[in-house]
This record gives sequence, structure tokens and C-alpha cells, in this order.
Amino acid sequence: MYVNGRLKTIKDKMPLNELLLQEGHDIERVAVEKNGKIVPRSSFGTEMLSDDDRIEIVCFVGGG
Amino acid sequence: MTNIDPHQVKERFRDGKVAVAGLGGLGSNIAVMLARSGVGKLLLTDFDRVEESNLNRQYYDRSHLGMLKTDALKTQINKINPSVDVETCAAKVTEENVREIFKNYSIVCEAFDDPKYKAILVNALLDGQRKIIAASGMAGFGSANKIKTKHTFKDMYICGDSEPAAPGGSFMAPRVAVCAGHQANMVLRLLLNIEEE
Repeated sequence: MYVNGRLKTIKDKMPLNELLLQEGHDIERVAVEKNGKIVPRSSFGTEMLSDDDRIEIVCFVGGG
Repeated sequence: MTNIDPHQVKERFRDGKVAVAGLGGLGSNIAVMLARSGVGKLLLTDFDRVEESNLNRQYYDRSHLGMLKTDALKTQINKINPSVDVETCAAKVTEENVREIFKNYSIVCEAFDDPKYKAILVNALLDGQRKIIAASGMAGFGSANKIKTKHTFKDMYICGDSEPAAPGGSFMAPRVAVCAGHQANMVLRLLLNIEEE
């Protein structure tokens, strides 16, 4: 699987929120696209990722 | 596309409808740049009032202190380009009202301060029906060249350097305006259907 363009190998399917935790993201500050489609926040716990997925994670920092 | 007829450019901008979410250092500058460019309709949203501490980087002056930012910015825009149709909304954007507030706008500039609200806006509005130009990272005194426009998601561009502010870090007029310029420039490009990097 690719996460923000980096190759990451996973053995088994995993839910998206586990990946976010592994990558050290605050779930309240992120938006995630899986294979070019936005994943609704309500589905972070149920959206399963497999090794051929492409994931883009945006984690916002403050200021405006 | 670079040879686009100037009359057509003017027409496309005049037909443009753009929402600006948050009217701080980014949003107030974005809205003014779009008004100067002749974008026909703007929705300005912010629940806050103008404070003295805003004047180091936001498009207000002392006469606006205490006014709602929506009203103050509408006044500024009317003085610059009275032909812009300005709609305002002074409600705080929440997960519950966000879709309703922005439903008529297919281009939205995310210019909030709080990253949680940035995420709420983006997650609610990226429904395949609109483009979002968001911002992340414009604090401090780093090189202005670090601030970039990135086509991160299919329907979302992010402007900034992605760097969090240092504790007690400052937001200064030049870097904030550079980021606002990136966002406003991307809006104009979208109105001309220019989507490549």
C-alpha cells in the first residue's frame, strides 16, 4: 500500500483508524482519500485497507 | 489556455461564485484579491468581530474594531469593487450546518484558524460536487518560497508549508498574505479551468 506516496507493506487488512494511529495522526485534524475517493470520518473505524490501496492523509496545522 | 482572450477571462471571473470560510489573515486577504479580480459573487463567513490584535495581518483598519468581520469586509469590498455581489454569514460553522451554508458554492476557500474546523469543513464539503482550496502552515519567519500550492486530493488543493506554528509562534502579514495569494490564485485558475500543477 502507498501512504502519501510512501510504500508501506501490510500483511493483513487493517481499518483506517489503525493506520492513522500508527502514523501518529490526530483523527480530529485529518482528511483521508483512499484510491482517489474521500473517506467519510464516520467510516474511519470500518474502512478496511488492503495492500493495493493508495492512501492520502492530510493532517491540518493551525493558523489562518 | 495561457492565450485565453482577456474578455473571456473577465466574463469567467464575473460569472464566478466563490465562498471564503473564515475571514482572518487568509480569508480577508483572499476575498479582497478575488474582489479586485472581478469575481462576481462572494460568500463571506465568520462569526468573529474585528479586534486590535487582528490588524497586523488582516484586511481591516481601526474604524472596524468591534464590527463583525463579515460586515467590515463587505464594507471594504464595496469600496474597492462595488460590482461584487457579497453574501455574508456570521454563524459559526459546525458539522451540522456546514453543508447548508455552502450548498450554492462549488469553489470554497478554507481559511479557518483551528485545524479541527479545517478538517470538519473539508470532510463535509468534499462530496464530488465542489473544489476546496485549503490552507495549512504559514506561521513564523521561514522562507516565503516554502509556501506552495499542492493538488493533494482529487478535489482539494492545499496551500502552505504544512509546518505547525512554534509554541507562542507568530503569524506575520507577509507569509500569511503569500499563502492567501496562493489560494486566491488557485481560485482564478479553477475559474479558467486550469487544473494542472
